[in-house]
Amino acid sequence: MKFDTPATTSPIDQLKVIGQPVDRIDGPMKTTGTAPYAYDRHDVVPNQAYGYVVGSAIAKGRIASINLTEAKAAPGVLAIVTAENAGKLGKGNFNVARLLGGPEIEHYHQAIALVVAQTFEQARAAAALVRVDYVRAQGAYDLAAAKDSGKPAPGFGGPADSAVGDFAGAFAAAPVQLDATYTTPDHAHAMMEPHASIAAWNGDKLMLWTSNQMIAWSVADMATTLGIAKDKVRLMSPFIGGGFGGKLWIRADALLAALGARAARRPVKVALTRPLMFNNTVHRPATIQRIRIGATKDGTITAIGHEGWSGDLPGGKPEAAVFQTRMLYAGANRLTTTRLSVLDLPEGNAMRAPGEAPGMMALEIAIDEMAEKLGLDPIEFRIRNDTQVDPEKPDRKFSQRQLTECLKSGAERFGWNKRDPQSGKVRDGRWLVGMGVAAAYRGAPVMKSAARVRLDSRGIVTVETDMTDIGTGSYTIIAQTAAEMMGLPLHKVVVRLGDSTYPVSCGSGGQWGANSATAGVYAACVKLREAVAQKLGLKGDAVFADGEVRSGDRRVPLAQAAGEAGLTAEDAIEFGDLAKKYQQATFGGHFVEVGVDAATAEVRVRRMLAVCAAGRILNPKSARSQVIGSMTMGIGAALMEDLVVDKRHGFFVNHDLASYEVPVHADIPHQEVVFLDETDPMSSPMKAKGVGELGICGVTAAVANAIHNATGVRVRDYPITLDKLLKELPEIG
Amino acid sequence: MKSFTYERARQPAEAAAAAARTQGAKFIAGGTNLLDLMKLEIETPTHLIDVNGLAFDKIEPTPDGGLRIGALVRNTDLAADARVRRDYAVLSRALLAGASGQLRNKATTAGNLLQRTRCPYFYDTNQPCNKRQPGSGCSAIGGINRQQAVVGASDACIATHPSDMAVAMRALDATVETVRPDGGARQIPIAEFHRLPGDTPNVETALDPGELITAVTLPPPLGGKHLYYKVRDRASYAFALISVGAIVQPDGSGRVALGGVASKPWRIEAAEAELPRGAEAVTAKLLADAKPTSQNDFKLPLVKRTLAAVLAEARG
Ligand SMILES: Cc1cc2nc3c(=O)[nH]c(=O)nc-3n(C[C@H](O)[C@H](O)[C@H](O)COP(=O)(O)OP(=O)(O)OC[C@H]3O[C@@H](n4cnc5c(N)ncnc54)[C@H](O)[C@@H]3O)c2cc1C
Ligand code: SF4
Repeated sequence: MKFDTPATTSPIDQLKVIGQPVDRIDGPMKTTGTAPYAYDRHDVVPNQAYGYVVGSAIAKGRIASINLTEAKAAPGVLAIVTAENAGKLGKGNFNVARLLGGPEIEHYHQAIALVVAQTFEQARAAAALVRVDYVRAQGAYDLAAAKDSGKPAPGFGGPADSAVGDFAGAFAAAPVQLDATYTTPDHAHAMMEPHASIAAWNGDKLMLWTSNQMIAWSVADMATTLGIAKDKVRLMSPFIGGGFGGKLWIRADALLAALGARAARRPVKVALTRPLMFNNTVHRPATIQRIRIGATKDGTITAIGHEGWSGDLPGGKPEAAVFQTRMLYAGANRLTTTRLSVLDLPEGNAMRAPGEAPGMMALEIAIDEMAEKLGLDPIEFRIRNDTQVDPEKPDRKFSQRQLTECLKSGAERFGWNKRDPQSGKVRDGRWLVGMGVAAAYRGAPVMKSAARVRLDSRGIVTVETDMTDIGTGSYTIIAQTAAEMMGLPLHKVVVRLGDSTYPVSCGSGGQWGANSATAGVYAACVKLREAVAQKLGLKGDAVFADGEVRSGDRRVPLAQAAGEAGLTAEDAIEFGDLAKKYQQATFGGHFVEVGVDAATAEVRVRRMLAVCAAGRILNPKSARSQVIGSMTMGIGAALMEDLVVDKRHGFFVNHDLASYEVPVHADIPHQEVVFLDETDPMSSPMKAKGVGELGICGVTAAVANAIHNATGVRVRDYPITLDKLLKELPEIG
Repeated sequence: MKSFTYERARQPAEAAAAAARTQGAKFIAGGTNLLDLMKLEIETPTHLIDVNGLAFDKIEPTPDGGLRIGALVRNTDLAADARVRRDYAVLSRALLAGASGQLRNKATTAGNLLQRTRCPYFYDTNQPCNKRQPGSGCSAIGGINRQQAVVGASDACIATHPSDMAVAMRALDATVETVRPDGGARQIPIAEFHRLPGDTPNVETALDPGELITAVTLPPPLGGKHLYYKVRDRASYAFALISVGAIVQPDGSGRVALGGVASKPWRIEAAEAELPRGAEAVTAKLLADAKPTSQNDFKLPLVKRTLAAVLAEARG
């Protein structure tokens, strides 16, 4: 099905199942421990051996020699895979560094060997006996030092540079100016489930049970890396214990499990240990961002410029932190630049709202600073510069844009009028209290997505698509879509996901999953309805409701319509150029109240509210979970998350969960989420968008702005740890 | 993790003798620290002597009116003990500020005292570290050291001791009771139990090889207000940046011990004479010899400010 004209009315609009806050259908499996996660799949193939990954001890250089004698002789060892004996390997499209390093080493903890043994403990013990001599090479590990060597680099979805009007002239002429530089550190995905895979060879065919967000991409990359045909790889990833972008591609666990299984001639399972997760895999790269805003005295932006610097391994991509600045606020004269330097740190890559998350961390502090300079309420300043058109191409409208409504209704709900615009004035016992606000902005990209639906003689519809559920609720909203389309209750729909033998979906990334995957299921269901109508010889409009198909006086139960053989339909949603004609994005307003301990400068978030406008909300319950999850992650980014770089040796020092701190329950207050009523007929037949990343965009700056309101201290370098506040807090008695 | 042999100790002196006799032997109690370190091959004992069967799991009154805490009393049970909560609240509060509920259920009194540093380089066997591998160098000096010590450190090591419990015990002037391989008992004042790094940061305590902790005794109740403030980067489940344990008497006199600033709980009795003059004066004495790095010099004002808040609360 081609989607190239705005959606009209469809069975989805009945909202009998869609739009209802139903519990996630996979919940019981998860709470009873019966959801099969990759590393737990003892049942899928017998005789599984264990692989343990050895990571490089240096960040850059080469392996002079590698001695496996002791390791090979250790109890239980079946095989050891290294670059020397693995045979010729290609490199996947989505990988920058090779997944099996040696002799050249590209980054710290790059995998250099896999030890396969009868038991996990044997593999781990033997791995410590692999003796490696390295020759270290000089590397670049300091973004600030490498910044000026940065080259223009396009990012996902945009060019390296954009310019409209005369930014420099307008900025220089502006009566009120802000010129500030912000930094965001490297972030780890730190999802609960580490990368894990089980591989088994059946002749020349590879079966891979793994934890992966993008099945088709990863099949292709696996085939390329191994130098085999795509149809020789079957990949299954029905359950994923969190990904946040870290599992968009194959990683060392998957490749090494495959190589280990080949070498040991039996199935092999590999999980990355937690200490390897931080340097072996990918992370959100650090950024340096300079923002310049010029405005008239009444608060109209006349010039807005955002320059971003980041680093990655040679051949890598930038963290495109400036893109939202092209779209978020009006202003006649505009400039963005994206520069990428070579850094020999582990590979940078996508993490929840790549680009926008760190970009909004900076931009939305800058807007707060500018409002302060203008003596304007920060909400008022944002509303004054709101736009209904793409500021770079004014004849291109937003399909829907309710930023102002989000901010206004949020302000009312949150009690924004109680905020003292003077910072450092509100005290509650030992706490300095402040409120902060930020806009939320995240694009709403769409991707082709296919599904197959089968109606059987029990009247059950089974949906198959290689879409993944990374904890987001894909199973549930896909079931809701099929139920709505076929006039069935939810329990009459079975959803199967994450298998490369199923039709290729959009996968889980870029917050496109909910809208695109359900639209693909919608397309397949339209075909299935046609097949039912055709089989029954129904003419005109058939109605699917209550497990029946009705036309005129005829009512046929779906089970009967399916017959013994059942009926199957398959289709994909393919998107035309509506997304080009209209800028499609999701919006929100984040409101945060913090307390800052007047003595210790410890920051605690006291309340938070997000008001979101993100198209039709397919399931308010799972959507809320997504938003509060990202708000939580945003608190992490504001207050603690920081992959600390040892700039001498080139690695992230805090590579475990005791030292890479993410929020714990005690850090998270009551979180409120409101979705504005919105349907977007330009987005898809579902009229939905996505919310999985919207919630993290802006919230971090709202925390920063609240800290400023509480203390008067403006911190521009994340995370805002107490040492950065302490010096400027008033003395205490 | 390296393979090891394992035995269950039946009798304290026997356990100590076995530990002294067997090269590479270690005791294991809750295992919450030792097993993590073994998985990373930071600790590589060849033999484990499990002390969990020894009858050290009681908290009993001592003849002089204090408390004797068995070496195996779990952190959870110690924190919840009515006598501890009433008479030694600083200890209860310190324990509850540490780790997580699950860990405290396993963690023992002796194990807590003997937990090792959280220096990130100590935890990465690819990096030089004098504490882990004597003579290899200290990666934290000149490296990442925001968490490290500001007092009592040396050119060999700037690590901190991470225990919260030990800070309270130092404020209380507890005594560590042990049995030695020869069967003899010994009492070590907590002040002398943990060591400064000097040239041998790998030697962390006054224990001799094989020496087994049997109990920690607390002196008779001191009265006063017992407070423990732990300052950290997140609200729970994080090691202290700094902590202040204090016992403050109605007349303003009292005791102060610090965590997160040195390789041992940091207390200087002479500094306590300054208590009537306030936090600044006390801190000046406590941290007189501080040599912070550019990453952790915030700990100095942080100690002062936190102590000020503690004293304000003590005054009520
Ligand atoms: C994630 C995490 C967070 C934590 N956070 C904190 C925190 O915030 N604050 C804090 O204070 N602690 C914290 N801890 C540390 C925790 O308190 C210790 O791990 C625990 O107290 C150790 O006790 P254990 O009985 O498990 O010791 P074990 O791991 O069994 O042993 C530790 C050491 O003590 C020795 N030993 C044990 N018993 C005896 C004995 N009777 N005689 C002689 N030697 C003995 C062992 O040989 C070993 O060397 C944390 C730990 C973890 C894993
Ligand atoms: S501070 Fe101590 S523990 Fe840390 S690296 Fe230096 S020697 Fe090792």
